[in-house]
Amino acid sequence: MVCAICSIRIFGIEMLETVPTPSARPAATLEIEGLTIEFRARGRVQRVVDRVNLRIAPGEIVGLIGESGSGKTLTALSVLGLLPRGARIRSGLIRLSGTSLLDLSEDEWRAIRGDRVAFIPQDALRALNPVFPIGLQVGEPLNIHRGTPWQIAKHKAIELLRSVHLRDAEERAEEYPHQFSGGMQQRAMVAMGLALEPQLLIADEPTTALDVTVQAQVLKLLREIRDAHGTSILFITHDLGVVADLCDRVYVMYAGLGIEEGSVEHIFYRPSHPYTQALLRATPTIRAVEKELVSIPGQIPSPDNLPTGCRFADRCPVAFERCGEEPPPFQVGGGHLARCWRCATPQ
Amino acid sequence: MTGALLDVANVSKTFETGRRLWLRQSFKAVDRISLEVRPGETLGIVGESGSGKSTLLRMMLRLIRPTAGIIRFDGRDIWTLSGGEILALRRQIQAVFQDPASSFNPRHSIGSLLSAPLEVHGIGTRESRRKMVADTLALVGLNTSLLARHPHQLSGGQRQRVAIARAIILRPSVVLADEPTSALDVSVQAQILNVFKKTKRELGLTYVFVSHNLAVIRYVSDRVAVMRRGAVVEMGESDAIFARPQHPYTRALPDAVPDPDLGRRGRTTQASGAAPTSELHQGERRCLK
Ligand SMILES: Nc1ncnc2c1ncn2[C@@H]1O[C@H](COP(=O)(O)OP(=O)(O)OP(=O)(O)O)[C@@H](O)[C@H]1O
Ligand SMILES: Nc1ncnc2c1ncn2[C@@H]1O[C@H](COP(=O)(O)OP(=O)(O)OP(=O)(O)O)[C@@H](O)[C@H]1O
Ligand code: SF4
Ligand SMILES: [Mg+2]
Ligand SMILES: [Mg+2]
Repeated sequence: MVCAICSIRIFGIEMLETVPTPSARPAATLEIEGLTIEFRARGRVQRVVDRVNLRIAPGEIVGLIGESGSGKTLTALSVLGLLPRGARIRSGLIRLSGTSLLDLSEDEWRAIRGDRVAFIPQDALRALNPVFPIGLQVGEPLNIHRGTPWQIAKHKAIELLRSVHLRDAEERAEEYPHQFSGGMQQRAMVAMGLALEPQLLIADEPTTALDVTVQAQVLKLLREIRDAHGTSILFITHDLGVVADLCDRVYVMYAGLGIEEGSVEHIFYRPSHPYTQALLRATPTIRAVEKELVSIPGQIPSPDNLPTGCRFADRCPVAFERCGEEPPPFQVGGGHLARCWRCATPQ
Repeated sequence: MTGALLDVANVSKTFETGRRLWLRQSFKAVDRISLEVRPGETLGIVGESGSGKSTLLRMMLRLIRPTAGIIRFDGRDIWTLSGGEILALRRQIQAVFQDPASSFNPRHSIGSLLSAPLEVHGIGTRESRRKMVADTLALVGLNTSLLARHPHQLSGGQRQRVAIARAIILRPSVVLADEPTSALDVSVQAQILNVFKKTKRELGLTYVFVSHNLAVIRYVSDRVAVMRRGAVVEMGESDAIFARPQHPYTRALPDAVPDPDLGRRGRTTQASGAAPTSELHQGERRCLK
């Protein structure tokens, strides 16, 4: 039985066993280790996510940023078992509170999606079902996963819509997606993501269509939810202002690789990787208006034509010979990692 | 000011919402707006979510009909044009929509999506069309290796750039862009914004640019209109609006912008377990300043 909202949120069977495997570190809400995702098209293999590591502690808000096409969405989708057709997890580990998420049956996935992990997709309009009223779609996970009676679920849905600052929520809940503006659709998706108070919330660019005042309110709401329920949040965005505002730690991806990770302080005050530095320079702020924004010249290499050395080499202002020859290692130290020869400690 | 390219005169749009709980109801999404778009300028539109920005744009595109008021393009009411004139209008006014995914036919490859408008308007030969497609792709920073792919095989930002390429490939006189860069990372956004500025300068394009991102609006716009609940509450030269905002809503806007400067962030709680700044790894000191 596929639920009406979208293929993502489906009825709840029994919750999965969540006996965490004993480990030295306290179980992170989400652990991704060495995740590699490949596409096979016309006999060619394209590696779009390459040995990515990511860890989110309980109650932590982690930002995932990086060039368009670098693999952020695919990384997120793999946590939900929703990779598109043709994509395959080649290797790696994904654990949710210590339980491996690989090789789950479709029923086991359904129990996880929506119930323990909620997803706010990049494209709200496509995720909403055009033939059902918004309120019904927001309340449905409660009815389906928790058995909340309809009357109560409906009230909860209106409350949730109010919490994302939708005006006249009660009446608007009766409307259909095409009657909502872009920003309202996006807020409906946020409300839906919060309905079940998940353990992990994955939000893929959830505020792109929101004006700044509403965005500020949604960010505040996310912080409050984290504080109240200890929800872990993976926040994918290209808006560095939002990252600085909201996140505790940040991962930066480039061409399928994790290239830098650290606390927000590290990333914003002391970015190590030249790509991260360039990103910060390319951000327009309302305080300083430059004549020409500093963009990074060139393009991200396409996954079927990756360079042998550093993947950023042909765009890097400080590249030197070694960069073109050998891929740089991920350098460890103090919770701040960067994949760059300039940052490597000499052997 | 003579010869506005687009002239919006006292335009309103009311939607019948037909809610079940109540009697038939209607909703006034745009309420008596008047504004003009001058040739060669970029008019930025900012405003709350649901304030009617997309509705206004859709009316300028002749996609939905105003319930009151007149929209003129080059002096002609766009709703009294003949069939041939409408086709010409379609070439002159192009759009980049808020959600690019829904405006593409998923069965077509990127290459054919981009060359289709050229074919429809009978522009160029097969060879020259191919070159125009490749040039336009390069302009928006995309690799020609994507040509054979289908829209669903692209990332969100790649799709958005294809939408922009499709809008400018016909060299229209006006491009109406609804949040065209909101799905893009900042370096690509910077590239695209520079593309907008460059095409405006070099091809004399006129832009109407809707965005919720004030920095972006400030960067690209000559003039700015601020919308709230269906009405324009403030309009003027971009610099003046940002330097001396008059309306309380406009005045409140800059404070709501998250700033990449950490010193200004409104974090209610401190990072849990974040390493203190002094604990940076050894290699870092050798990193670029
Ligand atoms: N179904 C698919 N078939 C083939 N390639 C795909 C498919 N979906 C995504 N890709 C490719 O995989 C790469 C990573 O895509 P992904 O959507 O994860 O990027 P992203 O980092 O989320 O980018 P954006 O910021 O633009 O959303 C891109 O090069 C994209 O073109
Ligand atoms: N087809 C429709 N039927 C009923 N109401 C509609 C329809 N289209 C838009 N509306 C309503 O009109 C108002 C303005 O919508 P519009 O899409 O123009 O807002 P917007 O300024 O673009 O907002 P956003 O920044 O969120 O995209 C909203 O309240 C919306 O719900
Ligand atoms: S390894 Fe070399 S090319 Fe790559 S980011 Fe560092 S300096 Fe630049
Ligand atoms: Mg994405
Ligand atoms: Mg809109």
